[in-house]
Amino acid sequence: MVWSKYWLMPLALISLALLAYGLFLALFNSPADYQQGETVRIMYVHVPTAWLSQSCYAVMVIASIGSLVWRHPLSDVAAKAAAPLGATFTAIALATGALWGAPTWGTFWEWDGRMTSTLVMLFIYLGIIALWRTFEDQARAGRIIAVITLVGAINIPIIKFSVEWWNTLHQPASVFRADGPTMPMSILMPLFVMFFAFSFLFLLLHFIAIRAEILRRRVRALERRNAQRLREQTI
Amino acid sequence: MIDLSQHFEYIGGAYLLTFVFVGVLAAATILDYKNQKQRLADLEAKGVRRRSDEQVK
Repeated sequence: MVWSKYWLMPLALISLALLAYGLFLALFNSPADYQQGETVRIMYVHVPTAWLSQSCYAVMVIASIGSLVWRHPLSDVAAKAAAPLGATFTAIALATGALWGAPTWGTFWEWDGRMTSTLVMLFIYLGIIALWRTFEDQARAGRIIAVITLVGAINIPIIKFSVEWWNTLHQPASVFRADGPTMPMSILMPLFVMFFAFSFLFLLLHFIAIRAEILRRRVRALERRNAQRLREQTI
Repeated sequence: MIDLSQHFEYIGGAYLLTFVFVGVLAAATILDYKNQKQRLADLEAKGVRRRSDEQVK
């Protein structure tokens, strides 16, 4: 992970530049929707964070496979570091979705497939974070949590296809469709710029969190060694 | 250009909430990294080294 420190500054600059440009497009240089009016602007923070909440879980699934199949210690670290980021993006997606729902649907919350499965994903993230804090032996925790993460992955296709499987207030897929997006370029452009801004921010924070976790494990090992040394001195 | 007279409380609220959450997440991540770095530096200052480091010396 030595190489990752050289990526931190470029990633920070790219994230900030894309975020500034994305905000300009989202708030000042994109039209209001013909049906939803100005509230469509909430989409530029809601949709990227919702996509990232699922992408972050996909990162944890890949890391968990790396952890179980190859027993690579960095896989555990990457999975652990991603969980708080995924939980935050999921919480943002739920909260901004509620704020978008109130003026467009007339309600902040509806127990439909998309919203309920996304709430379940937030609970999975929180459960995984709690589990990481429960175990003293992080290597053992890594293997157990990797299995739980893989089981929890069943929720990703449920979130994705919930709008097609069940009756819902939530709109169906309108960007990634077989017949192409149903949105004009003037709305797609700010959406993708904001998505890339948040994605680069996720990469940046994930790298920092991975480095912090590696240091935490090193500190823990040194503290154990120090305690052992002190014990030997007293005997 | 955004029309502030239409549901601005929801739009402003969504953006504010997003940036508060992201700001707190970024601050917590960076502070945790700095904290771990400091703890490691403190331990090394006390002369605590990994076995592998001691063997190299």
